[in-house]
Amino acid sequence: MKRALYFLPLLVFAVLAGYFYVGLGMDPRTLPNMLEGKPVPAFDLAPIKGRERGFANTDLLGQVTLVNVFGSWCIACQAEHPFLMRIKEAGWVPIYGIDWRERDPDAGPLWLRKWGDPYTVVGDDPKSHAAIAFGVTGAPETFLVDKQGVVRYKQVGPITPEVWEGTLWPLIQELRK
Amino acid sequence: MRRIAVLLLLALALWAPAAGAVEPAEKLADPALESRAREISQVLRCVVCQNQSIDDSNAELAHDMRLLVRERLVKGESNQQVIDYMVSRYGDFVLLKPPVKAKTYALWFGPLALFLIAVAVAVVFVRRRAAATAAAPAPLSDDERRRLDELMKGGDR
Repeated sequence: MKRALYFLPLLVFAVLAGYFYVGLGMDPRTLPNMLEGKPVPAFDLAPIKGRERGFANTDLLGQVTLVNVFGSWCIACQAEHPFLMRIKEAGWVPIYGIDWRERDPDAGPLWLRKWGDPYTVVGDDPKSHAAIAFGVTGAPETFLVDKQGVVRYKQVGPITPEVWEGTLWPLIQELRK
Repeated sequence: MRRIAVLLLLALALWAPAAGAVEPAEKLADPALESRAREISQVLRCVVCQNQSIDDSNAELAHDMRLLVRERLVKGESNQQVIDYMVSRYGDFVLLKPPVKAKTYALWFGPLALFLIAVAVAVVFVRRRAAATAAAPAPLSDDERRRLDELMKGGDR
């Protein structure tokens, strides 16, 4: 009985080490997706300069959609952009855009003219109202929204072919059933 | 003398209240609302830079969050309502001070629990040792006394 007590510190150490080991593997930069399973926040964004249609949360009802937060200033968005064009050309899923934090109202439209426009509609979010409502911390971030307008998944960082095939496309097919 | 003056000046400079990253254009005209906005901004974490409050951070998103805090205050929300909104968007992570709830009990009370355990162990240990020393040693038996005398006699050799 007393002998067993001598092993107590070792046991405590093992438990702590276990916690720390798991903690080391966690990325403090990934925040939980607070919106998962909740309806898309209400927003009504003005169109970007030179366009007529804005983007409101009600546009998302009735079909499975992606909501992509981007900006012309964002390098990773540029890296992601060709794959978004591929999604659009193949007609896999409609992508709705939130043009986030453009300092110059011309910058977003110019960027889309230059590289191509993969979006069904684009809303302008210069003051981060929609971005904060979505809990966005950086661009690009993409939200998968189901037919009822409920957020099902958040992709932080660019949509790569791996992310698409491994995560998004299977989820989309699941949600379409 | 001049050295002292310089030191005093330095001390004064360090005393100046932290101004944070709030830009003059952001400030609200109503000083009461503005001070509430500052209070809220100091407990909210900048989600881009992560170890600064949005009050301290120069990040663009922190700037927009400060503006949103002020906008919501102007609309008549209470401090708690504004903070709750941010938590509903970014989770508890957005609070610099973790809230006390079941999931964080280990964090808040763990150190105290460890301290109490350590005190308990120390008390038991010290008491046992005191009891061991307090007990008078048994008197020598005849045999032991004889051996002791022998040793004492032969000590000079």
